[in-house]
Amino acid sequence: MKFGVIVFPGSNCDHDAFHAVTTNLGQKAEYIWHDSPSLGDIDAVILPGGFAYGDYLRCGAIARFSPVMGAVGKFAAAGGLVMGICNGFQILVEAGLLPGALIRNRGLKFVCREVRLRTETVHSPFTSAAQEGQILRMPIAHGEGCYFADGRTLDELDAEDRVLFRYVGNPNGSLGDIAGILNRERNVMGMMPHPERASDPLMGSTDGLTIFQSVLDAVVRA
Amino acid sequence: MTAHAPEVIAQHQLTADEYGKIVAILGREPSYTELGIFSVMWSEHCSYKSSRLHLKKLPTRGRLVVQGPGENAGIIDIGGGYVIAFKIESHNHPSFIEPFQGAATGVGGILRDIFTMGARPIAVLDSLRFGRLDDPATGARNRRILGGVVAGIAHYGNCFGVPTVGGECSFEPCYDGNPLVNVFALGICRKEEVFYAKAAGAGNPVIYVGARTGRDGIHGASMASAEFTEEAKQKRPNVQVGDPFMEKLLLEACIEAMKTGAIVGIQDMGAAGLTCSTCEMGSRGGVGIEIELDRVPQRETGMTPYEIMLSESQERMLLVAEKGREEEVYRVFRKWGLEAAEIGVVTEDGKLRVRHHGVVVAEIPNRELADEAPLYDRPHTHPPRAGLIPDLPVSKVQRTLPTLLGSLDICSKRWIWEQYDYQVRTNTVAGPERTDAAIVRIKETGTSIAISLDGNGRYCFLSPREGAKLAVAECCRNLSTVGARPVAATNCLNFGNPERPEIMAQLVEAIEGMAEACAFFDTPITGGNVSLYNETLGEGIYPTPVLGIVGTLKTAEPVTIPFKNAGRTVMLLGGIGECDDIRFGGTQYAKEMVKQLWGLPPALDLERERRVQFAIRKIIAEGLAESAHDLSDGGLAVALAECSFGPNEVGALIDLDSDLRPEMLAFHEAPSRILISTEFPKKVAAIAEKYEIEAPVVGVTIEKGIEIRQRTITLGAWEIGALKTAYAQAFESHVR
Repeated sequence: MKFGVIVFPGSNCDHDAFHAVTTNLGQKAEYIWHDSPSLGDIDAVILPGGFAYGDYLRCGAIARFSPVMGAVGKFAAAGGLVMGICNGFQILVEAGLLPGALIRNRGLKFVCREVRLRTETVHSPFTSAAQEGQILRMPIAHGEGCYFADGRTLDELDAEDRVLFRYVGNPNGSLGDIAGILNRERNVMGMMPHPERASDPLMGSTDGLTIFQSVLDAVVRA
Repeated sequence: MTAHAPEVIAQHQLTADEYGKIVAILGREPSYTELGIFSVMWSEHCSYKSSRLHLKKLPTRGRLVVQGPGENAGIIDIGGGYVIAFKIESHNHPSFIEPFQGAATGVGGILRDIFTMGARPIAVLDSLRFGRLDDPATGARNRRILGGVVAGIAHYGNCFGVPTVGGECSFEPCYDGNPLVNVFALGICRKEEVFYAKAAGAGNPVIYVGARTGRDGIHGASMASAEFTEEAKQKRPNVQVGDPFMEKLLLEACIEAMKTGAIVGIQDMGAAGLTCSTCEMGSRGGVGIEIELDRVPQRETGMTPYEIMLSESQERMLLVAEKGREEEVYRVFRKWGLEAAEIGVVTEDGKLRVRHHGVVVAEIPNRELADEAPLYDRPHTHPPRAGLIPDLPVSKVQRTLPTLLGSLDICSKRWIWEQYDYQVRTNTVAGPERTDAAIVRIKETGTSIAISLDGNGRYCFLSPREGAKLAVAECCRNLSTVGARPVAATNCLNFGNPERPEIMAQLVEAIEGMAEACAFFDTPITGGNVSLYNETLGEGIYPTPVLGIVGTLKTAEPVTIPFKNAGRTVMLLGGIGECDDIRFGGTQYAKEMVKQLWGLPPALDLERERRVQFAIRKIIAEGLAESAHDLSDGGLAVALAECSFGPNEVGALIDLDSDLRPEMLAFHEAPSRILISTEFPKKVAAIAEKYEIEAPVVGVTIEKGIEIRQRTITLGAWEIGALKTAYAQAFESHVR
């Protein structure tokens, strides 16, 4: 299969995501520049971590207006698989492709740390290779990763089985310990932790590969 | 033109003699703009006029050195067709005045130095010194400076996308009014793609790219070349504001533009801004550069030539392109949304000629401006001596260990490094506090780079020469402990006012000590930075030379600090070591338990140090060590505790055969010692014997707890959980 990795000028985990899905997962990938009006011939798209346009305003607030986000929206509407990691999650939320908001960490500081995630649902193209309740180890690295939403949205996420991961030991104050979520159609996901940084034994964990493997399985099945 | 008034000359921190030299070079009185240009280029910060004479003593050549001092960064060949570029730089003065932006722009400056050479930055480390956090008078300010500096480094490095993988941080009253912020950066590029800051080819266009020029940072370089007074706060406007996103764009655009082949030379605009970049590029290439200031992109209206030339606005680059191929370069900058403007041309006459509205406002021979700066052989006498040995109260080992583990210098700095993204780029094989040296892998070659920063102001105050040697030895030992071979070094020399003979003596002795040790370990100095006048209200800092040494190793799972399994043999490579009351005065024990500094630093035997390092590298290479940690601040007991803080909390029972007093035995800081745990003690002993070093078996790892005995008598026994809590939580309680 072929992944597309979106490159905003301030993306800085684009190379890492590319490396994870090519070298570590063994699939094809290509970079997609932020002013591209279309995504081209890809099976799934990754919005990587970083600081898309500097993020001096709210994280992702400017990125949602970039040309490529129109293409991502269309791709998602057509059922394409979309993964937002860290800054990518922030952008998807700003773009309205995922509900809620990501606000300053409760501790008001940037936090880089390995965390443990409990897999809340395996009924998604991003977690099908995991076990229900499986604990995945991978790092977080963000200053604005506190997931926030109104009560009704949180209830909906629960009721519709749309919470992908919850932190075991909440590092940033996220409501409901939420670390990653799905859209209603279950083809768009966002997560603050970095699976691409946990895709190589030398980096301390390969649990992130479970997520990329799930995407691969879903694409192959389709 | 008429002569400038003496007070105007003095304001520019130029002496009458220096002014005379300017007049002689020009053959006339300088214009106001020219006076400004000379003042920044001949400032201590840019010209190294007090230190240059002595810096020449440092070894700078080596088999692997591609580029030594004199460029934006040193370059080392790491094989496989790749080189690394690295350097350390200080941003002390700005960080005191405006901690957040001062530190942030310090990171920005050193990153530009690296990617100016064509290398993509892949690692940052920082060496920080602050005043006391708990002092009733200065504590609150010091905590604010610490918080601001760390947040500033995080802000810039995290956004830019370079991992901050390690560093060091300690606290002394002498840094109360003068914190040290030294930032090291390292980048990688293909050997044939290195770029130099050299102009060439008369008629080639000079192109400005990046942020617009504003009035910020004017006289930053001269500010960094003077002592602080009460008025220092008024200099806050001299500190620049960093924009890491702009820097990231510059990085990507410059690397891409370099690949077009249309760029002849490139230099960032750092200290002394446009002035420094134009005259240095011209001087290195033996050519002239003529620029028209009207074409310089400006953020503010009505800027004078003086202001434009001296501005230190951040995130700007100057490059010379091949004539006729400018469009290839502009196309790349447009793609990244960057403003680029042709502001001048390379000439044959060797002069820096600056026009404003067409009128020449400065015309100075490049070479004289860049290379003929005054050179001073400042008088140096003897470094200040420390006090005599005080009456030493006996402090029980049992009580002392938790105290030391919870002290600011020794405790975990997680509070700091968790604010840094230490993993971005997925190359961090060993980040903060996992190993003695940080390790980043090079994906392209299968090689990894290990990096260690070290400097000990206490040791250097007691003996600048010995202290500097100890810092070199410690860095090399840190690298060897992770199995890396040290290959090259960079240095940041933080000292007080060189016009005081006893301070100058510290500088001279430290450089000589560093030169001796770097030559001995075959780690040439490939660049660095000198920061003088680190004094506030006449109070100098400890002489604080900071070394950054890099080593190479094969990419592999690292041997980390913590013990892994119970029942392993614990061995102390290098032996228990020697100490006496005089050599005990620089230790953390002396600092925390006696509250004094006296005598001399620990004694270093270079030959023995080298043999210990050879041995540990061999032991690591043969896969014999399960854990490895060198003994440093706090000595054996602290190292032992740190080895026990792994996820499994495996501890050790050790029994030491020694005549030393218990507290000296546990806490002395003699170098050349490494604590390992191993399943193969006989093989380790054989290697130790081959390298003629002591390697006594001192004990065994155990499932629970730490116990230290001296000839079967227990000096202390601890639960690991309690010690770990003291170690892990101390910093946060100090910062609050």
